[in-house]
Amino acid sequence: MRLYGHRVTWPAALGMVIIAVNLMGAIGAPWLAPFDQAEVVCEAWDDPSAAHWLGCDNLGRDLLSRLLFGARMSIGLSLLITTLSFSIGIVAGFTAAIAKGWVDTALSRAVDLMLAMPSLIFAFVVLSVLGTDIPVLVVTLACLDSTRVFRLSRALAMNIVALEYVEVARLRGEGLWWIITREVLPAARAPLIAEYGLRFSFAFLFVAALSFLGLGIQPPDADWGSMVRDYRDMINLGVSAPFWPAGAIAVLTIGVNFVVDWLLAIQSRGHGENA
Amino acid sequence: MSVSDIVLEVDRLRVAAGAAVLVDDVSFTLRRGAVIGLIGESGAGKTTIGLACLGYTRNGCAIAGGRIVFRGQDILTLSAAGRRALRGPGVAYIAQSAAASFNPAMTLFEQVCEIPVRHGLMTAAAARAVAVGLFRELDLPDPENFGRRYPHQVSGGQLQRAMAAMAMAARPDILVFDEPTTALDVTTQVEVLAAFRKLIREHRTAAIYITHDLAVVAQIADDIMVLRHGRMIEHGTAEQILQAPREDYTRRLVAERVRGHSFVARADGGAALLSVRDVVASYATLPRVIDGVSLEVRRGDTLAVVGESGSGKSTLARVITGLLPREAGEIRLGGEVLSAGLGGRTLEQKRRVQMIYQMPDVALNPHQTVLDIIGRPIGFYFGRSRGEIRARVLELLRMMDLPESFIDRTPGELSGGQKQRVGIARALAAEPDLIVCDEVTSALDQLVGEEILLLLKRLQEELGVAYLFITHDLGVVKRIANKVAVMLKGQIVAGGETETVFAPPFHSYTALLLSSVPEMRGDWLDEVLARRL
Repeated sequence: MRLYGHRVTWPAALGMVIIAVNLMGAIGAPWLAPFDQAEVVCEAWDDPSAAHWLGCDNLGRDLLSRLLFGARMSIGLSLLITTLSFSIGIVAGFTAAIAKGWVDTALSRAVDLMLAMPSLIFAFVVLSVLGTDIPVLVVTLACLDSTRVFRLSRALAMNIVALEYVEVARLRGEGLWWIITREVLPAARAPLIAEYGLRFSFAFLFVAALSFLGLGIQPPDADWGSMVRDYRDMINLGVSAPFWPAGAIAVLTIGVNFVVDWLLAIQSRGHGENA
Repeated sequence: MSVSDIVLEVDRLRVAAGAAVLVDDVSFTLRRGAVIGLIGESGAGKTTIGLACLGYTRNGCAIAGGRIVFRGQDILTLSAAGRRALRGPGVAYIAQSAAASFNPAMTLFEQVCEIPVRHGLMTAAAARAVAVGLFRELDLPDPENFGRRYPHQVSGGQLQRAMAAMAMAARPDILVFDEPTTALDVTTQVEVLAAFRKLIREHRTAAIYITHDLAVVAQIADDIMVLRHGRMIEHGTAEQILQAPREDYTRRLVAERVRGHSFVARADGGAALLSVRDVVASYATLPRVIDGVSLEVRRGDTLAVVGESGSGKSTLARVITGLLPREAGEIRLGGEVLSAGLGGRTLEQKRRVQMIYQMPDVALNPHQTVLDIIGRPIGFYFGRSRGEIRARVLELLRMMDLPESFIDRTPGELSGGQKQRVGIARALAAEPDLIVCDEVTSALDQLVGEEILLLLKRLQEELGVAYLFITHDLGVVKRIANKVAVMLKGQIVAGGETETVFAPPFHSYTALLLSSVPEMRGDWLDEVLARRL
């Protein structure tokens, strides 16, 4: 099988299938889920049955429905966070590399400052003060994550702005936005896409961790991280409930990484190679 | 000479990379003490042949046929251990860029002595003594202590000679020189060539000398083989190739160098288009790179700025375009004073000065099509509609002698010469008054570069644009420029009409530069060396 002239390896194909299934579940949750995520339909910790394929949770809600709605929340949030963090990080990183001088120094030191603090603790402080609304959560995590993107895009752009075609654009008098989007970004696209996949996994795990600790998504909305938190004690009693959200997190992370590995391999082989 | 004198026999060598054949049907023999020159354009397969003689091919290539017999043994049948024993003591390689080939973290002694010691031929002390001897033979300064230095502590020419010492340390039977002087300045090239020749003659080492410059190979080789597209075009003694080339391609190569001077005189007086006065510039911590430079370019002029690397000629271009702000002095364009930095210049001023670069590969954005590349200045400066832009780009392509179908290609689908033409078209799209040409032919093959020069000349006649032509190649200067400024250490040491500067009485540095340009005769190096003693 080939995609844009590149041979798709079997782990990459598997990863793509995993991502596709997850996305379909997330998008189609309202139609696919047999019940609403907050609806109490059975006894607490009912075993899997024909009516409730994966069983029920601590309040008697259908586990499969919560898993599907949770996918919507977890994946949607991670996408939102990663996209926002890349927008901020790329624009800031490229600007630093293109403008050089004091702009670069100011941006870089500010980022160093943020990187010096453990991001989980930083997120804790911000979310405790500002509350755990979803927009606050997204913006906070995106800003934290964008520091890493800034580092990468600045390093990438440093090499690209030294090329003469960028110099030509500056000599012509082009503005910053043109240089960022037309001259630098196309050359940096491949490593950034690979990094996007990787950071998506991190954002995903980070949201899950925050929810697990009680600072992420608030009940009754389902998300995989808080589901693991709510069900974790039942693992001692042999109830399969915690396995499903934890497994979903693991499988999606692995799937995304399979695809990222494949993208990185293509990129290291160089442009346009079909090998 | 007896048959036993033959150290290397290459027989119908064929090297392929997948389906593409890089070298096909190349045969030659090499006797002790003889030097064969391999000459051709980039992609001719010269380096591939040189490396094959070490039993080595680059990634993705493989020797697909033929034999390479070294002292009676076909090296293509050797085991890995056999090849290891061959490389160094049998055949040694000298690469083009010594700076990139030395390990910057080790001293020269460590690296020069490594081969004989690792192969168990000598003790460390003996190898060191050999290294000192070689440094002395190669006229390196303070040979006893030279090897204690690190690669960055010696000059480019010295490093290239140290690399020859490294190759000679294990007393190989054959040396493979791969463009060893191409990255050096002309004046340095003379010294390095002389040192190489002395080394080869004294040790009676056979050598394969790879270069694209016929005049260089004429100084050192007994035989010359001309290659093109991986095939042998002509093979003969150096004398015969230079004096009586049989093949048409060889004749064109030889003619390129001996072509007479055609001074371009222009009588377009008028006011100065660009005037640079007492300009001083430097990079952050370094001393002045440009130190009090003044020059003037009129409409229709071609002013050549000549000098060796480090003379400040490229920096001068950056100061004129505003990429590097000047510290003192004044630059005027058509009477208006240009601000030092790019930010202070108007769009109109930016439009009037355009630039063409040395490396067309990095001067064109590989992610844009030819239409985007050439069309952008038209849209940007003149605000034309898409249809008008396309029509103008097609017109420019025709002017560059490029087919109109190239408009949808990306730079990756063009050859070096074609890319350079697109670069010229992009500069012309802005309808500039002055084009700064930074070494525009030096990355191109000889014949391709010549066509670019002719194109630039024709465009100047049609459009009246002025050129500031930065180059280290005096041959180019004589053919295209009507004015010259010779730069040395950030200053202009000689300047004026080309005819005046390049005619006696010379400035001493101009004389040195002129005498260092290799000429297409076997005895040129001897003459130069004799004169300098």
